[in-house]
Amino acid sequence: MQFGLSESQQMLKDTAHKFFAGECPIAAVRKSMEKETAYDAALWAKLAEQGFTGVITPEEYGGMGLGKVELVLLMEDAGYALLPGPFFSTVALAGAVIDGCAKPEQKKKYLAQIANGQARASVALVEAAGSWDPTSLQIQVSGNKLTGTKLFVTDAAIADFIVVVARDSVFVVEAKAAGLIIKPMKGMDLARKIYSVEFNNTPAEMLGNASGLAKALDVATAALCAEMVGGMQRTLELTVGYAKTRKQFGKPIGIFQAVQHFCADMYLETESSRSAAYYSAWALEENTEDAATAVSVAKTYASDAARTVGNRGIQVHGGMGFTWENDLHLYYRRAKASETMLGDATFHRERIAKLVIDNAVAGKKSRQEQEALAAK
Amino acid sequence: MDLNLSPEEIKFRDELRSWLAANVPKDWDERREESLELRFEYLKRWQRKLYEGGWAGISWPKEYGGRGASLMEQVIFWQEMALASAPPLANVLGLGIIGPTIIAFGTEAQKKRHLAKILSAEEIWCQGFSEPDAGSDLANVRCEAKLEGDHYVVNGQKVWNSYGWAAHWCELVVRTDPNVPKHKGLTVLLVDMKSPGVDVRPLRQMTGETEFNEIFFHDVRVPATNVVGKVNEGWSVAMGTLMHERGTFGAGLQITYRRNMERLIDLAKTQKRNGRPAAEDPIIRQKLAQCYAEIEIMRYNQMRAFSRISATGVPGPEGSIQKIFWSELNQRFQQIAQELLGPYGQLEAGDDHAIDNGMWSYGYLRTRGNTIEAGTSEIQRNIIGHFVLGLPKSY
Repeated sequence: MQFGLSESQQMLKDTAHKFFAGECPIAAVRKSMEKETAYDAALWAKLAEQGFTGVITPEEYGGMGLGKVELVLLMEDAGYALLPGPFFSTVALAGAVIDGCAKPEQKKKYLAQIANGQARASVALVEAAGSWDPTSLQIQVSGNKLTGTKLFVTDAAIADFIVVVARDSVFVVEAKAAGLIIKPMKGMDLARKIYSVEFNNTPAEMLGNASGLAKALDVATAALCAEMVGGMQRTLELTVGYAKTRKQFGKPIGIFQAVQHFCADMYLETESSRSAAYYSAWALEENTEDAATAVSVAKTYASDAARTVGNRGIQVHGGMGFTWENDLHLYYRRAKASETMLGDATFHRERIAKLVIDNAVAGKKSRQEQEALAAK
Repeated sequence: MDLNLSPEEIKFRDELRSWLAANVPKDWDERREESLELRFEYLKRWQRKLYEGGWAGISWPKEYGGRGASLMEQVIFWQEMALASAPPLANVLGLGIIGPTIIAFGTEAQKKRHLAKILSAEEIWCQGFSEPDAGSDLANVRCEAKLEGDHYVVNGQKVWNSYGWAAHWCELVVRTDPNVPKHKGLTVLLVDMKSPGVDVRPLRQMTGETEFNEIFFHDVRVPATNVVGKVNEGWSVAMGTLMHERGTFGAGLQITYRRNMERLIDLAKTQKRNGRPAAEDPIIRQKLAQCYAEIEIMRYNQMRAFSRISATGVPGPEGSIQKIFWSELNQRFQQIAQELLGPYGQLEAGDDHAIDNGMWSYGYLRTRGNTIEAGTSEIQRNIIGHFVLGLPKSY
């Protein structure tokens, strides 16, 4: 039994870390933030060149064909760098849903474009009710035409196609489809833009029913948790660095126990979130019985931890932490958006309750039964 | 990253599991009502049985009666013991901490004299570390040992000692040189608890029991050959084995927590809230789910920590969060249990209406000690702050 990374996994992580440090320093993030789409074509081309856009795309469609653990490792470093733009939406969200729900010829069509960097994509699920529960969705399906409105769709304006989730089925809509109206929403996260997407009898291609959706969203959720861990790690490092150099009363403030204990709690929450994100990725890769529960455990914990780590980080920075110029608020904003994406802590605790409490007497259930229960 | 057990680990687990299935006594629960002394005799017999089956001190090298078990095997051992609801080990300190200390630092004579009897539970061991003025500041030990010819004469007091009343021997930390910096004048001595001048007094704690003791040493004579390691180098002897052994012992804790969680879920299904089972109440569901999530994360953190030690031989920084995590989680868990049980949560063992014979009221009180014993939460945070994060020492 070995929780640590294999040599190739560690190499991928080190490569990713170096890549993002070189190609996506915080100055580049601030520049991208100013753009309406937060998209940088040159950076995107480099991500494709590295093979990152195809990290989990099966090799037969031109990707690296790596697993969920590798995706999570990559997303952790992307989060550390606060990678702006549509990478998560394209690779972890749209890529996972298409891989989980589409027919082989559709996977070939769409995943190949994702892998080679040709296409950007996203997933539209949440509606006005603000819920990530697919059974609550109202969007109307008539033949292969969609009518309704999706909100909080990340990177919609730069997407070449959007995966749309309806109550029982999953579709793909091309960016130039008739009746599609995309409007920016003014979200807190400046590095990942969100949009409302209105469908007016918009033609769509059906990928399949929703049977593979839960697991696909679990993969995206594990990836998101890892991205949140990266953000927590950077926040922790900036904070400890500040505590070592900022002097008051003739001493570095990190010598005061109140400050030091804040940092210790940030460390505990970051490491615990990391353990959970990695475990959930492994469980998904191995299809263990507890995979769905593990994902909800990870998202529950990381959702709260990303917020509290951010809170303490700003607090330790004192006045400086409250400035626009300081980088912490950029991570803090990303943490808030991520907290509610793919279900917040309350949503996932209820999911755990369904899987564990409601399930407890009945004993172990198959993954299908687990998902069916969780979807109720 | 591969969390499946290896074929060797599976073989080990299955062998242990079938031995436990055949040998774990079924009447341990009833024994809890008995006196401390009678219960302890029962536990010594249980350890003897494990010893005869080759399952005592598995982490010890084969030449000293162990199995040379790997770290993962030790983890599996504690997990299987918890899964089988096995009674605890009477000589847990001897097996887990003091025996390994003697193996690492002791003389051949000490190993010959003591090790086999630790394994068989023939001689029970306790530790004498904490003092009234040496708690978090352990180096402040004042219990002194003066060399007179070929004996040390020991005078002083120890507190918060476990098993002192039952112990035949004690691993005692004493000050042999009062003229050097605190950490540098300490020595570890092996003390026969039957020596004249040793006085053990029970220490009653807030739960009502006397799990702990004070030990008074008045002119106790200890042969100089009972020094473990070098004179005045007792600090590193004492610290050396402490960290490593406590780690694997915690492996069973997660299973105990999970079992308690399952019990709490059972209770939630029978307790009522507004006329419906509490398990349907959205707030109760949120709290139970949060507990469940944290217990799972404790498991993942442990796997990570053990994997690191297993691979590198040395604990990694991520292991430093374990004690804070399990102790504070246990307190939150007991608080949630109290909320679920309402007024029933306060009923103690013996009351007709007590739930689970007062297990929850006991747990609520006992867990206050979790964040204090084995290194307080505050000290743990100082350790993380300074040794892991590199912030300046705050004291």
